[in-house]
Amino acid sequence: MTARIGVVTFPGSLDDRDAQRAIRLAGGEPVALWHGDHDLQGVDAVVLPGGFSYGDYLRAGAIARFAPAMASVIEQAGRGLPVLGICNGFQVLCESGLLPGALTRNVELHFVNRDQRLVVESTASPWTSAFEPGQEIVIPVKNGEGNYVASTEVLDALEGEGRVIARYLGRNPNGSARDIAGIRNERGNVVGVMPHPEHAVESLIGTAGTDGLGFFSGLVTTLVAA
Amino acid sequence: MTATPVLDTVEVASRTPDQKQPYAELGLKDDEFAAITAVLGRRPTQTELAMYSIMWSEHCSYKSSKVHLRQFADLPKGDRLLVGMGENAGVVDVGEGLAVTFKVESHNHPSYVEPYQGAATGIGGIVRDILTMGARPVLVMDPLRFGDADHPDTRRVLPGIVAGIGGYGNCLGLPNIGGEVVFDPSYQGNPLVNALCLGVMPTDRIQLSAARGVGNVVLLLGAKTGRDGIGGVSVLASASFDEDGPARRPSVQVGDPFTEKLLIEACLEMYDAKLVAGIQDLGGAGLTCALTETAAAGRSGMRAHLERVPLREASMEPHEVLASESQERMLAIVTPEDLPAVLAIAEKWGVLATAIGEVVEGDRLVITWHDEVVVDVPPASLADDGPVYERPMARPADLDALNSAALPAFPSVEDLRELVLRMVASPNLCSRRWVVEQYDRIVLGDTVLAWPEDAGVVRLSEKTGLGVALATDGNGRYTRLDPHDGAMLALVEAYRNVAATGAVPIAVTNCLNFGSPEDPEVMWQFAEATRGLAHGCRTLGLPVTGGNVSFYNSTADVAINPTPVIGVLGLFDDVARRTPMGFQEQGESVLLLGDTAEELGGSEWAWAEHRHLGGRPPAVDLERERVLGEVLVAGSRDGMLSSAHDLSDGGLAQALVESSLSGGIGARIVLPTGMSPFVQLFSESAGRAVVTVPRSEELRFTEMCAARGLPCVRIGVTDGTALAVQDVLELPLDELREAHEGTLPRLFG
Repeated sequence: MTARIGVVTFPGSLDDRDAQRAIRLAGGEPVALWHGDHDLQGVDAVVLPGGFSYGDYLRAGAIARFAPAMASVIEQAGRGLPVLGICNGFQVLCESGLLPGALTRNVELHFVNRDQRLVVESTASPWTSAFEPGQEIVIPVKNGEGNYVASTEVLDALEGEGRVIARYLGRNPNGSARDIAGIRNERGNVVGVMPHPEHAVESLIGTAGTDGLGFFSGLVTTLVAA
Repeated sequence: MTATPVLDTVEVASRTPDQKQPYAELGLKDDEFAAITAVLGRRPTQTELAMYSIMWSEHCSYKSSKVHLRQFADLPKGDRLLVGMGENAGVVDVGEGLAVTFKVESHNHPSYVEPYQGAATGIGGIVRDILTMGARPVLVMDPLRFGDADHPDTRRVLPGIVAGIGGYGNCLGLPNIGGEVVFDPSYQGNPLVNALCLGVMPTDRIQLSAARGVGNVVLLLGAKTGRDGIGGVSVLASASFDEDGPARRPSVQVGDPFTEKLLIEACLEMYDAKLVAGIQDLGGAGLTCALTETAAAGRSGMRAHLERVPLREASMEPHEVLASESQERMLAIVTPEDLPAVLAIAEKWGVLATAIGEVVEGDRLVITWHDEVVVDVPPASLADDGPVYERPMARPADLDALNSAALPAFPSVEDLRELVLRMVASPNLCSRRWVVEQYDRIVLGDTVLAWPEDAGVVRLSEKTGLGVALATDGNGRYTRLDPHDGAMLALVEAYRNVAATGAVPIAVTNCLNFGSPEDPEVMWQFAEATRGLAHGCRTLGLPVTGGNVSFYNSTADVAINPTPVIGVLGLFDDVARRTPMGFQEQGESVLLLGDTAEELGGSEWAWAEHRHLGGRPPAVDLERERVLGEVLVAGSRDGMLSSAHDLSDGGLAQALVESSLSGGIGARIVLPTGMSPFVQLFSESAGRAVVTVPRSEELRFTEMCAARGLPCVRIGVTDGTALAVQDVLELPLDELREAHEGTLPRLFG
């Protein structure tokens, strides 16, 4: 079978086609989903792509979270549907309550785009199953509001339960608490990540290499084996 | 209570021929006003007067530059040019059923007044120009020029401009793949913010602006119309700044990139469904320009019902609605049959769409305001038949003195190590990382090369690897010393940068930034620069696909250094063979291509070390540039080159440092004898590049150079983690990197 992976396009989504390409390169079948449709077309997993949904004029992700498609994503995520939120998608997941915490303005107050070293921590998710715990990878970061914040209790719980999936190595690009670059829910099916794995899938493109492909190939492998 | 002003209708204007009108305040000369009266056979209404003042402004009519720009239209078109100058942007056939359109424009004055919004809407405007042609915008670039790096006002202007470009471009999802950041005091009160956009489309999707077909609907798409940007064209872009520049804030537009993103997606969906009969973006001169240009291009009559335009402020008057430069708007011509489908697509994307008029019989543009006729004009009189001037010209009185000024004394060999460190940290040569990291360079997933590479390279087809390269260059100091050769130097540098990546240069765009055309010395500079550019393009076989003229770049009567910014488009049949600028492997041969002469007039060394501007700029040899370009492209095609980097500002020293830092691989260099190490390292002779080749390819490559008559000297080998020049200097890459990277964060971070 082929893993059918949906990518939701919100008004202002920018990296939706990039996510579709990454899915294709990882051996999956990308399915374009529209924010206004409840129907997720029976996909096996969903990616909420990066961008500036609704211009991010309110808090990033705060409006997209109310899209009809999100109601279905929230419902099915509760039943174990794998969901990956990248950058703006991560912000949408936090706004929708699928993941704890929030993403706020970068501490240096600039948008920042650079190749970022990360260390993968939790691999207990289909999205990170292609990596080894402790593995160093390079993936581009590009955000203006990527500063992960949460209460000390939440941060302690995330760390205690092994739910930090990746941390920034070297210079923290946005001031995120405890260098957190991405987290997962308890079950492991929902992952939010601030850097952009879909932008590190071809050696020809960009300067980061192909480490990002693992997020998608790990999922495809898990889905096909299931 | 104030009295309701009487609407100045056509009927009123006919009855009151002697009413005084403020044409001078609107920037129109006596004879221009007389010409308007002659065209109309009566005095213009207030609304018509506003429209003429905008459309006949320098910015819209090109009245001072037209006679010089004809040289570009006369260039051979080549076999790739599908749409030439005159439309919103030229269109070039790139094969595989695809075409690209690209253009560079200025948004200089607004960006000085309000840096963030000025720069942001500069991106928005050029992106709509590209969208108008039927293309999906796929990249942007920004050639920028500022006053002195350490001037307090630069600290106000630069961070805002960079944030505005990023804020708008990032939100549109367009990779910013390169550009320039240049500092010079001549731009102190007048920074240059040029913005380039390139789009791609199937060749059968090209859209044109002509409004044709009686009964077709004139549809306004996008944002509501507000009072922002009123007078932007006539007041801001066509008059020099006085000392009170920043007080003009109300004339700067405010951008909404989210609305523009939706507008892009909606328009592209309409084009694909073949629902649009004609389209025009609303930029400078807003609705006035869009209505008159679409009607004039279609040789059609048009009716517009101005009160139907959705307004942000209900109290706006007709002339304000017509003059508003509110952003994120397009004007589409649609058949009545296709209107429902167009409205459905607009609704899907949340884009406001309002039928404001129709194409009618005849040749008049008639605009009503609640059924009262406020405009009744022949549209071509506004769009095409504006005044044309042959301005007086005079060679600058100080040019002989400048050209004969002696250079400062050259430094001795012992000082070169410290000089290299100072130069790579100087404002014009230091790393631009602090700027470009604020831009998304990777969105859309097709960026093959971006800053700090010689040219940006973007893939157009994932299947075949078809792609384009783009570089922009311009050197105001060279152009100040010799406008003709300076313009050619800008052209050949961009040409060389594109070729260095392995792409074949195929077309040119330009943004000509100059002082006041009413100053004969500026006009002479402009004429010389266009002559040089046209000569260069003709010799290199490149068509000019379009461009932009920005005059009145002066503050308190002092003009900027004349700054033609030239963009060259290159083509790859497969971007996988692109050549990067950084050293790739240890132990490869470092070759210097071209001839080095003692050419330091106008150089970065003279400026950075001595604030000296004088002498002659480097000589231009167009035939040499062509051969060098061919060698760089052939080297890429045949897989001989590991890296290639053009030599320009800062000379060989700067190129070696950048190639070393890019790959983290050093080099051991042995300079040829017979010329002083200082001159060899810092001369800015044109027509040169540094390449690295694997030892296995060296003979084949050098023989190719010899066969084509291109000088090629082996000057060293890539090696270690330091840049060493035998008997001259040795610099660890870490030390170079610290110097190179530290400057902008220290100034602006």
